[in-house]
Amino acid sequence: MARRNPSAGDGTATAATAPQTPWLSRPLKWVSARAPLHLALIALALLWSIPTLALLASSFREPTAIASTGWWNIIKEPFDLTLGNYNEVLGKRGMERAFFNSLIITVPATALSILVASFTAYAFAWMRFPGRNALFLIVVALLVVPVQMTIIPVLQLYVDLTVETKLPLVGGNLFGINSFPGMWVAHTAYGIPFAVFLLRNFFGGLPRDLFESAYLDGASDLGVFFRIVLPLSLPALAALAIFQFLWVWNDLLLALILMGDPSVRPMTVQIQTLVSSFGTNYQVLTAAAFISMILPLAVFFALQRYFVQGILAGSVKG
Amino acid sequence: MAGVTFDHLTKRYDGVVAVDDLTLEIPDKEFLVLVGPSGSGKSTALRMLAGLEEITEGDIYIGERRVNDVAAKDRDIAMVFQSYALYPHMNVYDNMAFGLSLRKLPKEEIRRRVNEGAKMLGIEDLLKRKPRQLSGGQRQRVALGRAIVRDPAVFLMDEPLSNLDAKLRVQTRAEIVRLQERLETTVVYVTHDQIEAMTMGSRIAVLDFGALQQVDTPQNLYDHPGNQFVAGFIGSPAMNFFSGRLVRVDGTVCCQISGFNLKMDKQKEEALAKHLGEDVAFGIRPEHIVDRRLAPDAPPDAVMKTKIDVAEPLGNEIFLYLVPQLKLGEGTFIARMGPETWARPGQELEVVFDMTKVHVFEKESGLAIV
Repeated sequence: MARRNPSAGDGTATAATAPQTPWLSRPLKWVSARAPLHLALIALALLWSIPTLALLASSFREPTAIASTGWWNIIKEPFDLTLGNYNEVLGKRGMERAFFNSLIITVPATALSILVASFTAYAFAWMRFPGRNALFLIVVALLVVPVQMTIIPVLQLYVDLTVETKLPLVGGNLFGINSFPGMWVAHTAYGIPFAVFLLRNFFGGLPRDLFESAYLDGASDLGVFFRIVLPLSLPALAALAIFQFLWVWNDLLLALILMGDPSVRPMTVQIQTLVSSFGTNYQVLTAAAFISMILPLAVFFALQRYFVQGILAGSVKG
Repeated sequence: MAGVTFDHLTKRYDGVVAVDDLTLEIPDKEFLVLVGPSGSGKSTALRMLAGLEEITEGDIYIGERRVNDVAAKDRDIAMVFQSYALYPHMNVYDNMAFGLSLRKLPKEEIRRRVNEGAKMLGIEDLLKRKPRQLSGGQRQRVALGRAIVRDPAVFLMDEPLSNLDAKLRVQTRAEIVRLQERLETTVVYVTHDQIEAMTMGSRIAVLDFGALQQVDTPQNLYDHPGNQFVAGFIGSPAMNFFSGRLVRVDGTVCCQISGFNLKMDKQKEEALAKHLGEDVAFGIRPEHIVDRRLAPDAPPDAVMKTKIDVAEPLGNEIFLYLVPQLKLGEGTFIARMGPETWARPGQELEVVFDMTKVHVFEKESGLAIV
């Protein structure tokens, strides 16, 4: 340094030429340069949160208050907040049952789709077989098929395949209509194109040497999959788990069509019935909707670190 | 412990020949280096031996056993990769134990072998660390350790030193050789670096365009290259080549290069006489070009006047890029001289070729005549 900048050793010369004292100007500069970006981000975040905040606020208001004034009046006097809406939803309207139904549908459907998709993605990424690329292309092309288009054929198929044996403990048919396993299979099938796409790209980015080294160490394909690929793919798997969990949890369409029976209805369908039978009882709906959001929010916050990593995965070398 | 035999081994990818009819016998306990420029097929040959590439034609034997159809994991080999290929999510101990536990060795035996291997490589203190917490040199040791604990019949090493800095590379070079002597295991080592090949191999196989050019001990390769490619590839700085023609002048065989007649050594005359009138490539190594002042009894007609283009002093020696006053073909040639030859670019320098050390190759085939 000293050799390249001859004046550096000379205190007076440096002080005279420096326009500002750097220790003060640098943080200020940084803040002023970043401020517009941060303000914009904060504004966007607030804007995006308004519907949720409105929902939350309304869910604590009396029915009469909701009918007469806007939700933002919650910050004005009188603060007559109530838990009555929640009480009503949880106690009387079968929401408890629906909550468990949602869980019974979502957890296995998420696990199953990740398991199947990761096997498939491994094969597409690392096993050599004829027609590999064509098959992969077909699977990914399924992403563009709208779910709505498939509803009628799937419903017909499910009606034909219905096995009316009641499952122990959870209830519902063994397969087909009004059946939990039927929903698991349906959600897995719908989730697979995206899951395979995401995972294949992630697995494909793992270094080839690792696989070869593991083969030479004596691992089979299954061994490589469980002992090398899965542990190294946790971020991608977690991201996928969140996606899939949210999709299945929030799904109304499939459940509405395949799970009509009140004993097997998930939350989304249950809330939808609240709307039709209590079209004016807006306050019950807000509480119900908020209850249905709690679990996805918890899942997201628990795994959000992986979520971001997983989305970045492949683009940035870890 | 076992030797390795490549028997007319060929590998083709979509019409491109990566390895071309390679036949090579590697005796037990030998340190054989496969060397060649990139694309010469050396890594492909190694990967076929490892079982990571299909064999198009020919056979590979490890010991007496033909292994063409034996799965990679059953070939009793261990491989060190250029990238080291350490499992990032496992600590050093688990990395080294991975292959052993897959082979269902008892826990105690695994612990004993890993500890022994770690001790041999001086990485006992690192066993609990993850690969990302290790320096390049440490990772390289772990990769070696992972291969050692397997106690394989053959070690395969694919450019294992390429990712190390120059100093560490020199140090590790010697360590690997020492390790091989101690373990008495066959090693097949792939590198593009001829210095690594020369310093490590008990024999070197030189490949180019998938074909075996020559296989011999390092010194023999250096002294008696079988063809022009080997002559140019082995040695640094590389051998100088000039296009010439063999002629007889006043009863002695000379190599005529752009009108300059180089009298060939008497001992080489017999072999060269058969090629009189033919175009040849004349080769001389940089160290066999001598400063005239250090060879006062050289005949005057062997003295060549040159001008120094670039001088690279290394302290113990100096590389001179010389431009001959008589045009000898392409631009400059390189001489390697002692530090006593005080030389500056632009200066004129008279040099003499040590004619007992020159090489002559057939122009077309590149095969060595002398």
